[in-house]
Amino acid sequence: MITYIIRRILYAFPILLGVNILTFILFFIINTPDDMARMHLGQKHVQQDAITQWKVNHGYDKPLFINSEQTGLQQLTDTIFFNKSLSLFMFNFGNSDAGRDISYDIQQRMQPSLALAVPTLLVGLLVNITFALLLVFFRASYIDIVGVILCIILMSISALFYIIGGQYIIGKLFHLVPISGYHEGLSSIKFLVLPVIIGVISGIGSGTRWYRTLFLEEINKDYVRTARAKGLSEARVLFLHVLKNAMIPILTGVVIILPLLFMGSLLMESFFAIPGLGSYTIDAINQQDFAIVRAMVFLGSVLYVLGLLLTDISYTLVDPRVKL
Amino acid sequence: MIINNSNKQLLFLFLTLIFCLIISYAWLPIKIIILWTDGFLFLLLLLLTIAIKQIWKKPHLRKNWQQVFKHRLGMSSAIILLTYASIGILDSLHFRFIENQAQQNYSALYSVLDLALLPLKEQTEKTYSAPFATHLYSKENIELENGQTQRDYPRLHSAKTQDRDNTDIIFKMLQGILLGLLATGIALLLLCYLLFHSFFRISQLRDILKGNTTLPWNSALFTLMLIFISIGMIITLSNGYHIFGTDKVGQDVLYLSIKSIRTGLLIGTLATLILLPIALLLGIMAGYFRGWVDDIIQYLYTTLNSIPGVLLITAAVLMVEVQLNNSTIHYSTEERADLRLLFLCIILGTTSWTGLCRLLRAETLKLREMEYIQAARAFGVHSLTLMHRHIVPNVMHLVLISLVLDFSSLVLAEAVLSYIGVGVDPTMHSWGNMINGARLEMAREPVVWWTLVAAFSFMFTLVLAVNIFADSIRDAFDPRFNSNS
Repeated sequence: MITYIIRRILYAFPILLGVNILTFILFFIINTPDDMARMHLGQKHVQQDAITQWKVNHGYDKPLFINSEQTGLQQLTDTIFFNKSLSLFMFNFGNSDAGRDISYDIQQRMQPSLALAVPTLLVGLLVNITFALLLVFFRASYIDIVGVILCIILMSISALFYIIGGQYIIGKLFHLVPISGYHEGLSSIKFLVLPVIIGVISGIGSGTRWYRTLFLEEINKDYVRTARAKGLSEARVLFLHVLKNAMIPILTGVVIILPLLFMGSLLMESFFAIPGLGSYTIDAINQQDFAIVRAMVFLGSVLYVLGLLLTDISYTLVDPRVKL
Repeated sequence: MIINNSNKQLLFLFLTLIFCLIISYAWLPIKIIILWTDGFLFLLLLLLTIAIKQIWKKPHLRKNWQQVFKHRLGMSSAIILLTYASIGILDSLHFRFIENQAQQNYSALYSVLDLALLPLKEQTEKTYSAPFATHLYSKENIELENGQTQRDYPRLHSAKTQDRDNTDIIFKMLQGILLGLLATGIALLLLCYLLFHSFFRISQLRDILKGNTTLPWNSALFTLMLIFISIGMIITLSNGYHIFGTDKVGQDVLYLSIKSIRTGLLIGTLATLILLPIALLLGIMAGYFRGWVDDIIQYLYTTLNSIPGVLLITAAVLMVEVQLNNSTIHYSTEERADLRLLFLCIILGTTSWTGLCRLLRAETLKLREMEYIQAARAFGVHSLTLMHRHIVPNVMHLVLISLVLDFSSLVLAEAVLSYIGVGVDPTMHSWGNMINGARLEMAREPVVWWTLVAAFSFMFTLVLAVNIFADSIRDAFDPRFNSNS
């Protein structure tokens, strides 16, 4: 087990390196630091001096891979690739183009992101599984057919519609909760209720349909027939046997997104003005702050790889037949 | 069967059309413009025609497709998709009017659809106006006849000439419904002719309407009727009314929504056109060759997958923007927007092939151990032939299902990307841009809701039709679902 985990962690390095190189190509080779400077300083009528000055201020004035002006190891370390890309491996995100410390910002913004993402995930899971079990209980009846069609309809509605509609109806028409904003501590609940509800509703369609197929796959198996033959009621069969066995794919599907919850939800956070990592990313994109985008890309990939690892481990935990 | 005959007829029709085009091109003062995305769309249409021909030749595929259309919902959604597609294609035939041949003066870009929607396009107001309104949304200084000025809601340009009330609206609606019913009747007769080669046989008409045909043509007709009635009402009502109101700069919202169809379709189709070959090639290679090929391909898609999708798209779009800004070639606004759309499609395609690739790899791993493939290999069939002949046809159902589902998620993604600011060009007509421009107006009093409702409902109809179509495709093609039903 431990050797497996170590091997997987070692295996993660080439992936992260690949991510690093890809972002490096996108941000430094296709789009040179000169372009970046020009973007920040204004497209036309910009003096070469100003561009050089901007590059010096933000540490983009070094050569890309090999610095021939330095000697020894410094030839490799005093370069953009080493400073801006490889340093990410040490979780040293550096300063944003606006001059703020990215690591500090990320630490500050992680908590609101989680406060929104975790309840959305848990409530959503509960609601989706309940609906899916109901549909399976009434399978091949009109309730099932209508339910599936409803799911497809819910799936086809844009997430933006849920957000804008929810904000309008609950926030503006009925004045139940504030439309957007955030507050530290317990009082954050009144700001979080609406986004959580909307997040759950917008996921019902696809979630219920997905869990329904999982349950339907289980329901044709032999052990279900045995359970029915023993004389168990349909409800007991569903809730005790089918649910338990379908938990394996459900759990592993959840585990893989667990680490990514840290990244927050781009849409929800920016619409509801929650100062999490999602809105951080959106702001960075709007201000074209490439340093933050690079840091978030790296953070996202680390969390994804972590999710893959956790999935494999959770397989062994929920299903004793799987050995690593 | 009738195919050969109708093939000849089709060819004849096609040639006449081209002939007419060439003749008219010489006489009309227009210059045909083929944008990049238009070119790709026509390429796609060509590929689609070839694919349909291939399917028609193979009985087992034909049977599966018949299964798709036998489904009532499948048939209806296919008709809706067809309507959307034809609007998109009409909107892709671009040209400019030549205003002055000698000075190379050309008008703005028009499409064939623009000509059809000319009354909608040109009937603009000053700013917002509610659906079916007679007066503008905001107050202005109006000069009265006696020379004084008064602050009031000015009349709309479209409502200048006639005084009207609700009876006028209802009368025009009835006219529209009548028009739609008439068109449906013609469609019914045409269908009857195509199916039975004779007009006006009551028993045959009844068969069609009752659904006693192999395919549920009555569902198709019903959907067609709804579409025709909406088109009819648009035709009659757009003369004097803004059905969905007007937007901030006074453009007709209905016109904007219809123009956005092309963008939505292009993003869905071009991106899938790009991701399909990549996913198919890499997925099957990884599953079939295994070993180091598999390792490399797995590494590729894990790496690509591990980057959060939105960020990767954003990064790539920002790069393209910089490159377009820096390029020395001069583009007109439309060409620039079009290039950006093309690049967006390419980026979406190259970032979203991983899911399908993984699916295909797993399936190929399973297939290559099957006896018939082992047997083919034992006979010394070349790997390429084997993949082409035995593996590709057997994973086609997976490809089809996931392509259709990808399409609907891409259409939805466009709106989100436009919100983030990395979607299509702001000058381009798209539902995402409409939503983005109108989302803050919900805070106004009275609420400006019509732009949002129009954009969302047009998008919803398309995505719903695609999702339902995907469902019937899955029912027909997926062996697991076949056994259940």
